[in-house]
Amino acid sequence: MASNPNIIVIGGGLAGLSAVIKIAEMGGNVDLFSIVPVKRSHSVCAQGGINAAKNLKGEGDSTWQHFDDTVYGGDFLANQPPVKAMCDAAPGIIDLLDRMGVPFNRTPEGLLDFRRFGGTLYNRTAFAGATTGQQLLYALDEQVRRYESEGKVKKYEHWEFLSAVLDSKGVCRGICAMDLRSMEVRIFPADAIIIATGGIGAIFGRSTNSVVCTGSAQSAVYQQGCYYANGEFIQVHPTSIPGEDKLRLMSESARGEGGRVWVPKTPGDRRDPKSIPEKERWYFLEEWYPKYGNLVPRDVATRAIFRVVYEHNLGIDGKPMVYLDLTHIDRKILDRKLEGILEIYEKFVGDDPRDTPMKIFPGMHYTMGGLWVDFNQATNVPGIYAAGECEYQYHGANRLGANSLVSCIFGGFIAGPNAVRYARNLQAAPSNGHFDSERKRQDEINAGLMKAEGNENPFRLWRELGDLMTKDCTVIRYNRNLHQADGKLCELLERFQRINLSDRSLWANTTVAFVRQLYNMLQLSRVIAQGAAARDESRGAHYKPDFPDRDDKNWLKTTKAYFAPDADEPKFEFEPVDTSLIPPRARRYDVAK
Amino acid sequence: MGNSKTVRFKIKRQASPAAKSYWEEFELPRHSGMNVISSLMEIAGNPVTRDGRTTTPVTYDSNCLEEICGSCAMLINGKARMACSALVDKLDQPIRLEPFSKFPVVRDLAVDRSVLFENLKAVKAWVPIDGSYDLGPGPRLTMQDQEAAYPLSRCISCCCCMEACPQFNEETNFVGAAAISQVRLFNTHPTGSALKRERLSALMGDGGIHECGYAQNCVEVCPKDIPLTRSIAEVGGAVMKQAIGDLFRK
Repeated sequence: MASNPNIIVIGGGLAGLSAVIKIAEMGGNVDLFSIVPVKRSHSVCAQGGINAAKNLKGEGDSTWQHFDDTVYGGDFLANQPPVKAMCDAAPGIIDLLDRMGVPFNRTPEGLLDFRRFGGTLYNRTAFAGATTGQQLLYALDEQVRRYESEGKVKKYEHWEFLSAVLDSKGVCRGICAMDLRSMEVRIFPADAIIIATGGIGAIFGRSTNSVVCTGSAQSAVYQQGCYYANGEFIQVHPTSIPGEDKLRLMSESARGEGGRVWVPKTPGDRRDPKSIPEKERWYFLEEWYPKYGNLVPRDVATRAIFRVVYEHNLGIDGKPMVYLDLTHIDRKILDRKLEGILEIYEKFVGDDPRDTPMKIFPGMHYTMGGLWVDFNQATNVPGIYAAGECEYQYHGANRLGANSLVSCIFGGFIAGPNAVRYARNLQAAPSNGHFDSERKRQDEINAGLMKAEGNENPFRLWRELGDLMTKDCTVIRYNRNLHQADGKLCELLERFQRINLSDRSLWANTTVAFVRQLYNMLQLSRVIAQGAAARDESRGAHYKPDFPDRDDKNWLKTTKAYFAPDADEPKFEFEPVDTSLIPPRARRYDVAK
Repeated sequence: MGNSKTVRFKIKRQASPAAKSYWEEFELPRHSGMNVISSLMEIAGNPVTRDGRTTTPVTYDSNCLEEICGSCAMLINGKARMACSALVDKLDQPIRLEPFSKFPVVRDLAVDRSVLFENLKAVKAWVPIDGSYDLGPGPRLTMQDQEAAYPLSRCISCCCCMEACPQFNEETNFVGAAAISQVRLFNTHPTGSALKRERLSALMGDGGIHECGYAQNCVEVCPKDIPLTRSIAEVGGAVMKQAIGDLFRK
């Protein structure tokens, strides 16, 4: 094989761009595919910061402590060696980003400033205002643009990944993608491909995710033979702004800077929140979790808010909302450290959170589960790698805040070089027929959709999917509901066969692209629902009132779903978790670990 | 602001870059918290015009829906702005949606804004680091330096400043405020300043910074309140200084 292999990276968020940089640096040629211009990828939405145990606050923090917090926060479901490697690499990653020009907030001495985040007692989170993801993405985007201008990277923006091309031996030889303007379906040969396509929020209808986060690419390769691991672990962020079109994230950094969550003690208290005296407010997180207070991990905070709203009936005005209060904090500090998120609240709600407590509620935010990968970020299909939120490796049963950015970059840095090494040793394919047959298969799917004469509107079908998944597959799970949900997913898949494209034009037809994504969302939803039904325990974000405890004896194992084409549904296997470094112990946040 | 139970939209449609444009009207039930993007999503779920004719969903760019990805820029009641943060309750009706006028239309409200990304290449808008391996921390920055850089670094590449600029057109080839402001950002970074001369040179020729007519529309429409006119003034001064210096060096 050539010493300068061709690698395709799909997705231009932090994970994808990190992989691209490493491959270009090693002399590989990269084709970078993205639905949107890469600078508009969803990583841009990350707000609060990025974790690294730099220990610049004299607290005695260490990468081991970061590792322990991450494994403990993830309720011991993550394989430990790669998590340790990530935490060890994190300080170096921060330095690199710093060198790339990320305008991290500074201390008076000119060093990087750090703040606290959930699930730790250390100030470990570096940040650039409250738009850290944006600043990190831009820094990587700029470096990739530099490589692009040197001819080492070719971008295919406004292209959608449809499928991997597998040869007769099941080895990946490239991809099939669709130009979202001309609607042309084309084959792109490659020696290896890296999936870095982010989250799956669209499956839940409204989430904190961007529009492109459909999980379509992950689902496509899962249907082609890749394992999908721990799909049932879905993070619901405790603080988002409820909205018509999406749930806008209100960063954990608001609490990291001292924000307090509370409700009036009297049900239906209609007073202006500022006029409610301290003793008539219930700071329930501080009461229940005295050690971590408002900075308990997200799954814990979310369940607490659900309890207050649905069991104690103390939601604001009887509605599913609680206060997130910053009004006691100095305005100058708020502006310097949180401006980006305060601006979002101001623009979309109309109130100034410096003066008025914000009204927030949990919203679907992140998938801990994703494509199964080994410690080299390789999936089980030769030639397909994965990095970032679309894979499952680093966060176990619950992700700690500000760990996603570091896992994306670290994952990309591992995937890129490993893909290059793999490609350099790759033998040629036995024949080339697979390219034509895959393109034909994809062309036929499009032709079929164009001809479909049904009566189901895809956008309304999608709303039903989102409502179903949000109701039964998020915070509180019951087996009966999960089984029913899977049944309804089968119904939706059946109705999908009667879909009607309201647009049949052959230019920039967003409906065709959306319908294809919808099908993949439906298939992946079944992995989530069935995986959740199978796991009879409570661990991290997966909570079943009928099985309220973690059950290490039976369930300290990774769920691996694979698609059984004949049955057209997921099948499950389980594999043990590597806990070789930190023996599992009980996870609690009312006291120090 | 019109009938309180419904919201009216007038949307400029265009099937392809070469096709003729036309207007379609839509009427949606009003509910609280609507914005322009949520309205376009609703139309996609029921693509029927105000006079009861079935049509196609409207094509538009969008992604984050929280005004940070820069995708959904369009003309809303004639003003260049982001559609996700355009709250329906605050807009005069009928709400007129049009694609940007100075960028090639792809379809309906989606336009091709790749020119900005090309401009960012031309001005080398990056910090020239040696490599991505571990080389220790970056340069120390004072809090003041960080506070000056951060606002410039928040540019979302939406191109509102270019759409609103009277000088941004095919005749002048003007590079536009966004790219100039990035030159200021990277020229003030301790490592980024290594490419200062090249960046300023890129702003000298055809379509360079001298095309700016000081209309100040850019700073008015910028959704991120970036001090664009100040960037243009500072970079303009530096370009001038370098040009004069070059003259004497010849």
